[in-house]
Amino acid sequence: MKNLIEIDSLTFKRGSRVIYDNISLHIPEGKTTAIMGPSGIGKTTLLKLIGGQLRPDSGDIQFRGESIPGMSRKRLFHVRRQMSMLFQSGALFTDISVFDNIAYPLREHSNLSEDLIKTIVLLKLQAVGLRGAVNLMPSELSGGMARRAALARAIALDPELILYDEPFAGQDPISMGVLVKLIKELNNALNLTSVVVTHDVNEVMSIADHVYILAEKKIIGSGTPEQIKQSDSALVQQFLRGEADGPVPFHYPAKSLEQEFLGVS
Amino acid sequence: MDWLAKLGQSTLERFAAIGRATGMLLGALLAAPQIKNISLTIKQIYVVGVQSLSIIIVSGLFIGMVMALQGYTILVDYGAEGSLGPMVALSILRELGPVVTALLFAGRAGSALTAEIGLMKATEQLSSLEMMAVDPLRRVVAPRLWAGLISMPMLTLIFSAVGILGGHLVGVEWLGVDVGSYWSIMQSTVEWNEDVMNGVIKSVFFAFVITWIAIFKGYDSVPTSEGISAATTQTVVYSSLAVLGLDFVLTAIMFGIE
Repeated sequence: MKNLIEIDSLTFKRGSRVIYDNISLHIPEGKTTAIMGPSGIGKTTLLKLIGGQLRPDSGDIQFRGESIPGMSRKRLFHVRRQMSMLFQSGALFTDISVFDNIAYPLREHSNLSEDLIKTIVLLKLQAVGLRGAVNLMPSELSGGMARRAALARAIALDPELILYDEPFAGQDPISMGVLVKLIKELNNALNLTSVVVTHDVNEVMSIADHVYILAEKKIIGSGTPEQIKQSDSALVQQFLRGEADGPVPFHYPAKSLEQEFLGVS
Repeated sequence: MDWLAKLGQSTLERFAAIGRATGMLLGALLAAPQIKNISLTIKQIYVVGVQSLSIIIVSGLFIGMVMALQGYTILVDYGAEGSLGPMVALSILRELGPVVTALLFAGRAGSALTAEIGLMKATEQLSSLEMMAVDPLRRVVAPRLWAGLISMPMLTLIFSAVGILGGHLVGVEWLGVDVGSYWSIMQSTVEWNEDVMNGVIKSVFFAFVITWIAIFKGYDSVPTSEGISAATTQTVVYSSLAVLGLDFVLTAIMFGIE
């Protein structure tokens, strides 16, 4: 199986804080790859690294065998037309309607006639179930609808790769179910490659072909959902079961109770 | 030695910020102009220019009226109230027009630009443009920069014109200065290049500085509520100070002793 993205010995730091310490992972073409991990470990950062918005301190990220950090800005912009990203907030442009939001990448990157653009926009909205909302403004959409509209925009140019940043965060169960269904269906119908960054274990395990679990700057587990479930790593198991205490401690590092309250040194 | 390290650090940070601001400016100015962006620029001229008209006209009127009132009480003691016209016209065209318009523009349009771009950053709209292979410098920054550069000199001229009319209203209509001397002495005293064009040139410089600061502060803001509020405040404070400082320098160059 071919890999669309290959990340090789990637190290990334923010100031002196190490976010990723020498990680390697592969995103196979046409599959859904999930990247899971506790909040605050920089999962979104990984997507931004793949999208070329951030540069790694060392290591390489390759898209179809071409190094993303090594690309010129012009080439990078060209490559980005083949990928798109669904942001956690949706990131719809608030000053234009849903229709114009989805038409935006088409108008920007193609010379299609307005008639054709209208047809494509309506088809994309039909795919996410929002054809009826075409004339609404982004402020009139609920959180789940905004994310679906953003998904329609993300697939407007028929990309090869979609990066989903926490697609399920803050969604009610129905919206969550809708999004799970959409991600799965789009992946199959359009033969996309999907990368889903999330910490919603059950939802993503049901759609992912391959799972990576990130924690403590490293990849602590990888494999198919079945393999991950059977992992003997205590950290992976704590994450999957949502246990409050374990290798990731319940308490933020602090002085011992004796030291704090009794002054014992 | 702690303070020395802090001084060094803050100096370095400032220089880095100037570097980023220059990079952003060059990126926006050098971005190849596209036909699609002309409509964006026109929309921004409406937002920063046309929508600032009311505050500019009202302020211009009152400044002109106050100038006439103050000028009259001084000039009348010397029997020189006939010179009220040139006094009002020169002080507005040379100084008050460009400077007050710039200060109002910084408060009205500059702060809005910073907040808008800062919020676009906070809501990931700038990132999403990047990921759509659209350069935010070209789509968001450049139209706003050009809109500021085009709008402000026009606003300054409107401010000055309304101010001179305000002077006429108070000086001639109310205080009884002779209408002929108000306008004819003004006409013979005010020079096109020396007074009118110098005011316009000043306003172009001010427009450039204010819009640059406003856009950079938004673009470089920390994408949180505190960050955007601090950036908006900084835009108004820095651009007001920059306008006043620059005004002195420009006045010295234009009207300084030869």
